[in-house]
Amino acid sequence: MDYNWNWGVLFTDPYLGWLIMGVQWTFAVALAAWVLALVVGILVGVGRTLPSRPISFICTAYVELFRNVPLLVQMFLWYFVMPEMVPENMGLWIKRDMPNPEYVTAVIALGLYTASRIAEQVRAGINAVGTGLTNAAYANGFSVGQTYRYILLPISFRLIVPPMTSEFLTIFKNSSLALTIGLLELTAQSQQIAEYTFNGFEAYTAATVIYVCIALLATIVMQVAERYTRIPGYMGSK
Amino acid sequence: MIEIENLSKWYGDFRVLTDCSTKVASGEVVVVCGPSGSGKSTLIKCVNGLEPAQKGRISVDGMEVMARGSDLTKLRARIGMVFQHFELYPHMTVRENLCLAQQKVLGRNRDEAVAKTEALLQRVGMAQHIDKHPGALSGGQQQRVAISRALAMDPIAMLFDEPTSALDPEMINEVLDVMVELAKEGMTMMVVTHEMGFARKVADRVVFMDAGAIVEDRPTEEFFGNPESDRAKDFLSKILNH
Repeated sequence: MDYNWNWGVLFTDPYLGWLIMGVQWTFAVALAAWVLALVVGILVGVGRTLPSRPISFICTAYVELFRNVPLLVQMFLWYFVMPEMVPENMGLWIKRDMPNPEYVTAVIALGLYTASRIAEQVRAGINAVGTGLTNAAYANGFSVGQTYRYILLPISFRLIVPPMTSEFLTIFKNSSLALTIGLLELTAQSQQIAEYTFNGFEAYTAATVIYVCIALLATIVMQVAERYTRIPGYMGSK
Repeated sequence: MIEIENLSKWYGDFRVLTDCSTKVASGEVVVVCGPSGSGKSTLIKCVNGLEPAQKGRISVDGMEVMARGSDLTKLRARIGMVFQHFELYPHMTVRENLCLAQQKVLGRNRDEAVAKTEALLQRVGMAQHIDKHPGALSGGQQQRVAISRALAMDPIAMLFDEPTSALDPEMINEVLDVMVELAKEGMTMMVVTHEMGFARKVADRVVFMDAGAIVEDRPTEEFFGNPESDRAKDFLSKILNH
């Protein structure tokens, strides 16, 4: 293969700066979307387990809608279709005046999509605690709200730390789809470096290594969280 | 204290309780026994509204359990319940298991709650385990803590749903001893159990259930000495033979 390897290109101006910018946008999208996903996901996940039928129906509908439409399609819907569907003034504001439209749209799309997945983890965690303990809490005199607050949520959040680690990693990887609506995050910057320098192997290798490092870092953080929150002698925790 | 009248319950088309009626007077100990699947646990869970029933009437200390709009949370705070699988809160120490509802439901302050907790644990011989998590305790120890957790609420009556069925044989007595003590002190108790020795010793009455119906409801002596129904005779001959 006739290819001019040049790893040095990654460390020259302006390409190093592009990579750093890309990493910053990746973090900015993933972390903001994660916060949104946690808030919405926990509310929806809890809602699905509540005795109230209307609430649990709405929450189930949310999960099925956002989980079953491809994230890329959702990204396009939020970016291209949503501004046309809202009242005209609002649509105009979104298209002309909203600051960082790519960023805001990417956070909303990624956050609401991930929320549907987190909601399922939260629901599974609450169900795993079981009716026995729930009944015990009710028999002890706790209201529904108190039972969730003191018993169900503290236990289920601990149970779902491992699957949440996967979701946390996935949100970083999925943030790369934001390049399709023009956000210059890590993948987009690598692509740009490849186009400017014709050193595609180096550029995408850099992106790969950086994604892997982010993932490893996230895994270590979550493992520490797992150790810190474990319940002595409960359900496989050691 | 506890009155159950013509209680019926269905799961879909399947009838689990058929016209059950019985009473537990204040200070009385009633043992509910019968073969597996006869509806004993379902019946006792209806008493504090953990299981809804479709027909009949239950009242506890003058409060209608099945009436619309009755405050079940308030009722449950006054009735203690002990479960087959202990159901201690696994993420809390023994101390917090006992203190939580005292503080959050009854509104006791921390010092009162801790004092009550320590006194109760002392009584059931668990004082030295106050800082442990439930996962570090044996089944018998967990069940004694679970009984104290219910007693911490100063209940007007106690419900026991097969409290010794999940225990290793050598731990059954440590739990039964606590229950016998409680009965002697005059606690109103409704106990679902297979422990016929316990029933003979402390029960005022025995309720025998089969296939969702109450077949016998008689003073303990009469039930063991001269059971009326063939079903109860058969049951007793099987479990008293060894």
